Amino acid sequence: MTQADVYDEERIGRLIGLLPPAPEGWEQAAKEIPAFRRSLDEIVSRAEADAAFRPALAANLETALREAGYEPEPRLVEALRRHLGTL
Amino acid sequence: MTDEARTDAELVRRCRRGDPDAWNELVERFSRYVHAICAKGFRLEPHDAEDAFQEAFTRVYTRLDSLRDDSAVRPWIAQLTRRVCLDRLAAAAREQPVEEVAPDVREATLDELDEAFAVREALTRLGEPCSEILDRFFARDESYRTIGDALDIPSGTIASRISRCLAKLRAELEGRKQPVGRSGEYR
Repeated sequence: MTQADVYDEERIGRLIGLLPPAPEGWEQAAKEIPAFRRSLDEIVSRAEADAAFRPALAANLETALREAGYEPEPRLVEALRRHLGTL
Repeated sequence: MTDEARTDAELVRRCRRGDPDAWNELVERFSRYVHAICAKGFRLEPHDAEDAFQEAFTRVYTRLDSLRDDSAVRPWIAQLTRRVCLDRLAAAAREQPVEEVAPDVREATLDELDEAFAVREALTRLGEPCSEILDRFFARDESYRTIGDALDIPSGTIASRISRCLAKLRAELEGRKQPVGRSGEYR
């Protein structure tokens, strides 16, 4: 007997119900991961190469990001704090 | 190779080429599955589930080049998500004791989610309006009235439409086609 043979309509309905949409905003945030990673990589590279930028980030992350043209979103700020600790 | 596996392989190749539409498609295709693994398989609290969800997709994005078989992206994503969830549970347990799901119960749930994904694939193949009606009723828990209003269908006919669409989906899952009704709509 194959798996398809044991599908009755009640079970099919239950299985459909196991995969509701992810909560609002989660999917959009996941779609933004490539752009987020690009920003993160750019900022980290610049912090490694630019002797003035690194201390500016360390002094006031949000302000330094704004001055460099980046929106200091919480996710970016949190990721940068982790990275800066390793620079 | 199934149609889905072929589609997945192509989607992965497009993601590797940096096609932003492909990444969006990949997220849309697997977001419910990843969410269910976190929330139902591992029963993470909503905040932890959200972090795990984002971390899982981040790992997918950053490790896509390490995927050996592009057609096996679904089990690979499942594996990555499971590892993320286990890491979350371990971190949470270090802070305070957590009530763990028994491993056999967890495995049974995860197996069922794989089945649910296969049903979802079949649902997508059904096309509109069946896929929309069944998704709204079973996955989004919408009432007949809400479905009727959204799809501009009399709410009194929703129950019978659900029944016909379920039969059609069952036939799709069993790999056989039902004859198309006169309207060409349901059967």
